[in-house]
Amino acid sequence: MNQDRAPIYEALEELKRTRMVPFDVPGHKRGKGNRELTEFLGEKCLSVDVNSMKPLDNLCHPVGVIKEAEELAAEAFGAAHAFFMVGGTTSSVQAMILSSVKKDDKIILPRNVHRSVINALILCGATPVYINPQTDERLGISLGMSLEDVKKAIERNPDAKAILVNNQTYYGICSNLYEIVKFAHEKNMLVLADEAHGTHFYFGENMPVPAMAAGADFSSVSMHKSGGSLTQSSFLLCGENVNANYVRQIINLTQTTSGSYLLMSSLDISRRNLAKNGREIFAEVLELSEYARDEINQIGDYYAFSEELINGDSVYDFDTTKLSVNTFELGLAGIEVYDILRDEYDIQIEFGDLGNILAYVSVGDSRKNIERLIGAFSEIRRIYKKDRGSMIKHEYINPTVDMPPQQAFYSEKKSVPIKEAVGKVCCEFVMCYPPGIPVLAPGERVTREIADYIFYAKEKGCFLTGPEDMEIGRLNVLKGGI
Amino acid sequence: MELWYHENHTPNVKLSIRVDRQLCSMASEYQRIDVFESQEFGRFLTLDGIMMLTEKDEFIYHEMITHVPMAVHPDPKNVLIIGAGDGGAVRELCKYECIEHIELVEIDRAVVEVCREYLPKTACCFDDPRLEICYQDGMKFIRRHENEYDLIIVDSTDPFGPGEGLFTKEFYGNCFKALKEDGIMVNQHESPFYAEDARAMKRAHKRIVESFPISRVYQAHIPTYPSGHWLFGFASKKYHPVKDLNAKAWKNYGIKTRYYNTNLHRGAFCLPNYVEEMLKECEKNDE
Repeated sequence: MNQDRAPIYEALEELKRTRMVPFDVPGHKRGKGNRELTEFLGEKCLSVDVNSMKPLDNLCHPVGVIKEAEELAAEAFGAAHAFFMVGGTTSSVQAMILSSVKKDDKIILPRNVHRSVINALILCGATPVYINPQTDERLGISLGMSLEDVKKAIERNPDAKAILVNNQTYYGICSNLYEIVKFAHEKNMLVLADEAHGTHFYFGENMPVPAMAAGADFSSVSMHKSGGSLTQSSFLLCGENVNANYVRQIINLTQTTSGSYLLMSSLDISRRNLAKNGREIFAEVLELSEYARDEINQIGDYYAFSEELINGDSVYDFDTTKLSVNTFELGLAGIEVYDILRDEYDIQIEFGDLGNILAYVSVGDSRKNIERLIGAFSEIRRIYKKDRGSMIKHEYINPTVDMPPQQAFYSEKKSVPIKEAVGKVCCEFVMCYPPGIPVLAPGERVTREIADYIFYAKEKGCFLTGPEDMEIGRLNVLKGGI
Repeated sequence: MELWYHENHTPNVKLSIRVDRQLCSMASEYQRIDVFESQEFGRFLTLDGIMMLTEKDEFIYHEMITHVPMAVHPDPKNVLIIGAGDGGAVRELCKYECIEHIELVEIDRAVVEVCREYLPKTACCFDDPRLEICYQDGMKFIRRHENEYDLIIVDSTDPFGPGEGLFTKEFYGNCFKALKEDGIMVNQHESPFYAEDARAMKRAHKRIVESFPISRVYQAHIPTYPSGHWLFGFASKKYHPVKDLNAKAWKNYGIKTRYYNTNLHRGAFCLPNYVEEMLKECEKNDE
């Protein structure tokens, strides 16, 4: 196939040339009916905010340009099939889980998954079998899964239908995907990869192995993160042994019937760009990250970690485009550095948790801005450094799972202050956002340690989400006992 | 045939200068660089189409950005200049025998080369043995220095384009760190007159106030800059720009100037009410 083509983009250009008179939705009619919005977003943008029609195909049932664009994307990613997704990578994750497991089926997964994974379990009623990710004591971060743990979990749960793997974690850490796939397939389990942060693995050189190349059955790829497409656009990739038409039915259970052509054309154009220029683009990103990492490590008290973490197992590979920085020695929580950068230096980074921050470096960055970031790091050290004191390090808390997420979520529950929730079964999520990895998921026991963690995270200024109570003062717990 | 250079000072106001001929036009890694020859202003340099200096009025800018701090600091030996690839500030500093070392940090080598060739009136001291030129991003350079300079002169372009980083809190903070305990930083501080420039001016002032214990602003009249009313920032760890002015010592240097004198020095810190109000506003926001 010709990767220079971009069928959706081309069809939209053609539509503009024909000057078609719109007597269909959207009602803003190429922006003419909403002057303020057109002024704000631009006429070009509004002129292609159009509805499905024959020349533009239909996302729910692609037979024309969307089908062609999906085929081009599949080829570019080395997948058997690619779906254009317009509900964020959350919708991709949901679709791959709902395609793989049903009520009461088991799915093996690391606990440090994104909330969208456990949300999907609430929807379908499958039971999670958690593998504790290994933890790096010094950094206080969750790593990948060790192959030994995966094998044990698979052997103990031969009836599990699927295993889900983070390829990579938010911090850039990859598990041994190739071996996991091999072992899971021997036991007839599907392998699902959350590649929300892995788009560039498919195009850059010297990157960790991408899921499709490792033989995984599904992958959810956040094209809008390192791929450069618009926010909320994403790809769901399928391997050879997946029935793509069934997957489409699953997608259509929850997907909009008015798929946005802004999002779809952004996927199409970005795929073309990566297929043509991805290698150079990510070589440049890598160079910027490596430079920033070296400079930050020279400042002192910051630890911008990288490939040295690789241990052949729970850190099988590391994505060196990621600029993750540990702040323990500085005596500041990552979230505090995150806040100072924004409030005092007008620099917005991706996230900060208790001990680390992540600055997202991409093709859109300039040397100049990298220098600003490094300069601000050096200033923060000069001005704010303090004693380490009593900083909580541990990010990962081993959960006690009392019941599957769906059962807990829909059980009869009551709202109690967090302190009183200790010892009870939680019926909702608690997480810091970003990264959006649950501290508590529905069905898990609230422990003293977890309650303390929540209080500490609140005190440090983490943005907590999940519970019904917007103040995060109370939790919904199971009424009565188990 | 008539040839005119135009620069928009706002979307609704522009400056036009009739040009005799264009001496140079090139694109460097960072920006477009042009040099023109004109009847009224002599030669002039523009970066990305924006006026940097004319031979006719550059003396005002360069005298004010150098002699003001030099007349306050009692013993300036080690000076850092950031930006200023045209050499005007270097020319003024080279008049001081007491200065032992000048470091010029310019991001764009091409600016220095173009000025050497076409603007000999400003680029006349690049061969002074005390001068060391370093082609680097000022932000990166300053980060590595601590307690070294008596005076830092930030002769930047506007706060968009290559000079953007030189208007940030992280940059001013790093300058503070690079100065000795009685060091002074002087910077190009934009204009208070047109709204867009005034916003940049206030932002810069707010960021400097946050970084230095003493922070004052002074003004000069520069005909070819937007509105002609231009400001400089005087930020310092110890010396007050007016109370610590040593007029007698400065006169003893015996330096000939066309704009600057020590009376004007005092007057330059007396600002119009509307400017004072703007400055107070951002000092107050800081509390």
